[in-house]
Amino acid sequence: MTASANLLTTPLNALHLELGARMVPFAGYSMPVQYPAGLVAEHHHTRSAAGLFDVSHMGQLRLTGPDAAAAFESLMPVDVMGLGINKQRYGLLLNDEGGIIDDLMFVNRGEDIFVIVNGACKHGDLAHIQQRIGSRCTIEPQFDRALLALQGPKAVTALQRLVPGVEQLVFMTGMAATWVGADLYITRSGYTGEDGFEISLPAHAAEAFARALLAQPEVKPIGLGARNSLRLEAGLCLYGSDIDTTTTPVEAGLNWAMQKVRRTGGARAGGFPGADKILAQLNGTAPAQRLRLGLVGLERVPVREHVELHNDAGQKVGEVTSGLLAPTADQPVALAYVQAEYAASGTRLNAMVRGKAVPMQVSPLPFVPNRYHRG
Amino acid sequence: MIKYTEDHEWLQIDGDTAVVGITHHAQDALGDVVFVDLPEVGKSFAAKEVAGVVESVKAAADVYMPVDGEITEVNEELRGDPSLANTDPLGKGWFFKVKLSKPAQADALLDETAYQAFSAG
Repeated sequence: MTASANLLTTPLNALHLELGARMVPFAGYSMPVQYPAGLVAEHHHTRSAAGLFDVSHMGQLRLTGPDAAAAFESLMPVDVMGLGINKQRYGLLLNDEGGIIDDLMFVNRGEDIFVIVNGACKHGDLAHIQQRIGSRCTIEPQFDRALLALQGPKAVTALQRLVPGVEQLVFMTGMAATWVGADLYITRSGYTGEDGFEISLPAHAAEAFARALLAQPEVKPIGLGARNSLRLEAGLCLYGSDIDTTTTPVEAGLNWAMQKVRRTGGARAGGFPGADKILAQLNGTAPAQRLRLGLVGLERVPVREHVELHNDAGQKVGEVTSGLLAPTADQPVALAYVQAEYAASGTRLNAMVRGKAVPMQVSPLPFVPNRYHRG
Repeated sequence: MIKYTEDHEWLQIDGDTAVVGITHHAQDALGDVVFVDLPEVGKSFAAKEVAGVVESVKAAADVYMPVDGEITEVNEELRGDPSLANTDPLGKGWFFKVKLSKPAQADALLDETAYQAFSAG
């Protein structure tokens, strides 16, 4: 199987091929799903040392102008205006029904708001942002920039050899830096549950920087397969699987991402798309009927997306949206939407796998403890 | 006599019995195998029916019955250590044994040369 000719490639394409990656189509790009070490070895390496991920398919854009923060805040149930300089936050673009158009990360860099969105959503996100707030600020897509993630407990050791000073960052903060004349923007964040960094850099510098990282003894290349198993163990949503335009942030269990200032009674309550529905779900006047939650398998059978969840009476009460046999947790884990009355931790449900009932139990998230560097 | 299917399974045939497993190509495409679902001993299947499942962390694939027949034994060692499908797919990683109800069906399967050409293509 070779990648189709109409797929885009990232600036690291030649390096992936040289490293022996197996390439697959993802978000319109030819991307490495795994390297010769294999998914499970790559997963364990990231949790024990440091893994380098090419996430250049993701969309980077910057918003500028005096009204940019207020304008961007009108699109999300999130506190944008109160975010300090070089602080990063998780955000959610919503449609008018309160459904999630995309999830994203943004940083207040002072001179701009720097936004990173999902690769498969980036063109739609750009059109949405331009349509809604294009008259209030300048929106500059930087889809040609590369994005690397270095994740794992030894990421800081490896990266600080190349970019001294990154060790001073704490989780969800960022800094500008230069490396061999290339301008970098580095945040201490990621999507694996581990300490680590994401590095935005110009495409022309990406391969040399990636090679410099891979030359560090702690660092190995990691594919999208392990990225998925790592994020799932960390309890994090995959857009398009666990959240989409039919799920609200409350249903998705993302209440932590909606700060008090935007909720009922807050100084800047509401004023975002779908606010009536979401505030009613948050303040309990119209609670969510279903909730996203974690499940662990009580038998060693993987339970995957689209598997139905039944109660003891055999009625369908939910559906799995992501699932696998988790390498670190060493048991089957899944994310699922379940009717609210079945959402309590410890509730037993049957996953219907190939016609057979596989018992699972509602579990707190994450499945593997986060190890972020909070300083 | 060893034969192969276009579903990337192999059969080591001896008279009217066969040992069945997945090929090196199949295990390589799947990646690290973490789970196998094996059929019940004594159950009969027609050729092309789904008799089991093999799963890696990233994907699940059906294991098809390559010929008409009855399951006479399954590899309990593989159930306990699914990684044998990766490390020794043509040996300790076998899936099940079959009593063929129509041994002549095996003639239509791929031989070594034909399978190598098929899986390279």
